[in-house]
Amino acid sequence: MRLDLLETHSLIGNLVGLDTSVTPGIDVDVKVYKVFNIFGIEVWLTQTVVTTWIIMGALTLIALICRLKLKNYKEKPEGSQNFVELVIETMDSFVRSTMGDKHAYFGNWFFGVFCLILVSNLCGLLAFRSPTADLCTTFAITMTTFTLIHFMGIKTGKGSYFKGYLEPIPIMLPMNIISELATPISLSFRLFGNILGGSVIMAMVYSLPRILNFGIPAVLHIYFDVFAGCIQTVIFVMLSMTFIKDKIAE
Amino acid sequence: MENYSIEPHAFVLGCSAIGAGLAMIAGIGPGIGQGYAAGKGAEAVGRQPEARSTVTSTMLLGCAVAESTGIYGLVVAMILMFANPFIGQVPN
Repeated sequence: MRLDLLETHSLIGNLVGLDTSVTPGIDVDVKVYKVFNIFGIEVWLTQTVVTTWIIMGALTLIALICRLKLKNYKEKPEGSQNFVELVIETMDSFVRSTMGDKHAYFGNWFFGVFCLILVSNLCGLLAFRSPTADLCTTFAITMTTFTLIHFMGIKTGKGSYFKGYLEPIPIMLPMNIISELATPISLSFRLFGNILGGSVIMAMVYSLPRILNFGIPAVLHIYFDVFAGCIQTVIFVMLSMTFIKDKIAE
Repeated sequence: MENYSIEPHAFVLGCSAIGAGLAMIAGIGPGIGQGYAAGKGAEAVGRQPEARSTVTSTMLLGCAVAESTGIYGLVVAMILMFANPFIGQVPN
């Protein structure tokens, strides 16, 4: 059973009685569509990349629609303006409570990350293979957090950032470096493992006989895709903000 | 006396299967830890029932972070099952 858009087609085919051949076993690899060669660098066009483009297009469309409606906004919000303001205010208070009022501008970046990871995790409901079920996506997002952590540390701490690695005893320098490197690994693998594990279990459930295949996967989707997906995005964003706040020296 | 020997390819596959099973023993940790956290959460709700939603969300946050080591074991098991790196190193 392949973890991609063909899943829906074979399910509908099974319901109508068509003969849809299913490959034996489960294929959890990311499909590679094309390999380009740009200036000597190999660039792979995979399933993850195409799904991420679709998500980017959808999010940009929603953002443009919100922007177009902005000129009709009134002092007393009603309708969709209410919803947009609720979302923005929730995110703003969340960032202020985690990082303090001085660094509330991080909410701009982390709201984008939040939307991207949330939509990527919920992709499994539409029979897509989540981009976050690929270590490449989660590692890339984690690298942005890693860059932010150390950039803010050096910018606000300057000398004390480097001296912090020699605390409490200079002999602890390798330990401190390893614990710094463990942060991006744990962040990326937590999100990747949760979403990939959920999608593998769903693929195995979908390959069961028809009796167990009808209706039960919906309940499992609620736990694995909706619940775990939403919680993991909140965890990712909150942990990123906490790590940045810990490194800011004041 | 005939020579009964295990083929290298089959041996690597078998050991990978055993390794995948052993990796899932890492699931014990989050089970115990999250159960303990849930117990403490229930105790806190019992002591102060009006703080229920705050206690619940804090508990879920703690559980999701504590789950990461169990997820590491799951990732190792899935790598051994689906993307086995040892197969390519088997001679002939």
